[in-house]
Amino acid sequence: MSRKEEKRKQREKMIEENGLIYLDGVSKVYSAGAPALNGVTLHINRGEFVFIVGDSGSGKSTLIKLLLRELVPSAGKVWVMGHDVARLPHRKIPKFRRNLGIVFQDFRLLKDRNVYENVAFAQRIIEVPPKEIRRNVPSILATVGLAGKYKAKPRQLSGGEQQRVALARALVNNPAILLADEPTGNLDPKNSWEIMNLLEEINEAGTTVVVVTHNREIVNDMRKRVITMKKGVIVSDEEEGEYIDED
Amino acid sequence: MKISTLFYTLKQGFKSIFRNKWFSLASIATISACLFLFGLFYAIVMNVQHSIRTMEEDVCVTVFFQEDVSDARVAEIGDLLTVRPEVSRVEFVSREEAWEWAQEHILQGHAEGFPTNPLEHFQNYKVYLSDVSMQDALVNYLQSMPEVRTVNYSQMTASTLSGVNLLIAYVSLGIIVILLAVSVFLISNTVTIGISVRQEEINIMKYVGATDFFVRAPFVIEGMLIGAIGALIPLEIIYIVYNQALSYVSGVFPYLMQRISFLPVEEVFAVLLPVSIMMGVGIGFFGSFNTVRKHLRV
Repeated sequence: MSRKEEKRKQREKMIEENGLIYLDGVSKVYSAGAPALNGVTLHINRGEFVFIVGDSGSGKSTLIKLLLRELVPSAGKVWVMGHDVARLPHRKIPKFRRNLGIVFQDFRLLKDRNVYENVAFAQRIIEVPPKEIRRNVPSILATVGLAGKYKAKPRQLSGGEQQRVALARALVNNPAILLADEPTGNLDPKNSWEIMNLLEEINEAGTTVVVVTHNREIVNDMRKRVITMKKGVIVSDEEEGEYIDED
Repeated sequence: MKISTLFYTLKQGFKSIFRNKWFSLASIATISACLFLFGLFYAIVMNVQHSIRTMEEDVCVTVFFQEDVSDARVAEIGDLLTVRPEVSRVEFVSREEAWEWAQEHILQGHAEGFPTNPLEHFQNYKVYLSDVSMQDALVNYLQSMPEVRTVNYSQMTASTLSGVNLLIAYVSLGIIVILLAVSVFLISNTVTIGISVRQEEINIMKYVGATDFFVRAPFVIEGMLIGAIGALIPLEIIYIVYNQALSYVSGVFPYLMQRISFLPVEEVFAVLLPVSIMMGVGIGFFGSFNTVRKHLRV
């Protein structure tokens, strides 16, 4: 068995035993002050839809940054798709991130490029042949309901539409995991529900979805797994849970 | 890397110039200003050095011989001088040529009172130097020869010319170093401002999984293009200004043109053109490469 094959099997075994995302006693301390995360242990299995909720400063964003390998833990281990992310060498981080789709509250689109270019960009960086890009991008834009707006620049779109573009960009490479950091934070209730419905469809198609949110109504209505954080620790983790008001 | 990726990267580099036109204009203006000063200074220095070289070519040492030295020995000494490294050429002036010259330039047609050549022992060598700073060494060598009666030379001309030459070399080196340092500092600042404006764009690229090369390459290509444009603009201006200045000086000060020889624009540009373009592209490359590298840690 080749070394590469052996590593792949080890990763599969790790996913099998501990889930697609596995945090083992993870703490994160910034240069000064209290820890942003304090001994967090967490398993998220393949195909799950998970809400992470909590007040500002509870450690949600730090958690997402650790999963993206934007940060490394001060203690403990973060495993994503069987990779010990802290041990990934710098040159391997881009390839690792291509397994993750990421959606932010502020959309983070390339403002000077149109809808098509924003989505195609994610395919170009993994060197998908141009012919395939021309086939894949219109298809994913149709999935998020933006087929007719492929030429528009981000500033010409509503918030909901911009978030759909971000979603299309996150999904076009068929990621195993979709991380959404407050995806409805800048949207009205109607657009928020449309985005959440899209996320649910994506999850039903097999993608593991992790949503960080403050939106109580959505969390309570969708009846998914809810992980509640407070001051850097997980205070509850419930299947079909609800948004718990810690105050 | 696939060909399509290479073309995409090149295209993005070109497009970036237009997407960030104000930043591009600021960078082009900065490089242009620095390279304009460099080009102008280079053209002036080249012309001054050319004039000094022309003057140096006229500096010579004249050697006269004792009366009892045979013509054969004089010829031998001529051969010895020709092979010396500091000597560019040796001209022999026979006693007849010396007398002809004296009749023409000194006596001016009043030579009837001389039945024979009074300059019988004035055959001499005019020794031209390839490097005037070596004049003293040559004079010492000549004066040490028993056959040599007199050595005529101008100490002041030689020392002034070699002094001016040295001064120009130091000053030009100093100014070029200062100009380069200023260029790199200005470009680095301009690129830093440009990159910080586009920090978000870089972050997005990195979040989506772009490699360092994919993020860096369009910025570097953009930097190199800006550098090349920034070099071509001052070159064009200097070319026009130089030609205009030459025709103005030759029209208004024809006497000056006889005394000082200016280099033709083609000769100045034979070096200035490739050097300026290389400097522009180099500044653009290093400025953008280093600055993007600093902002890649996402």
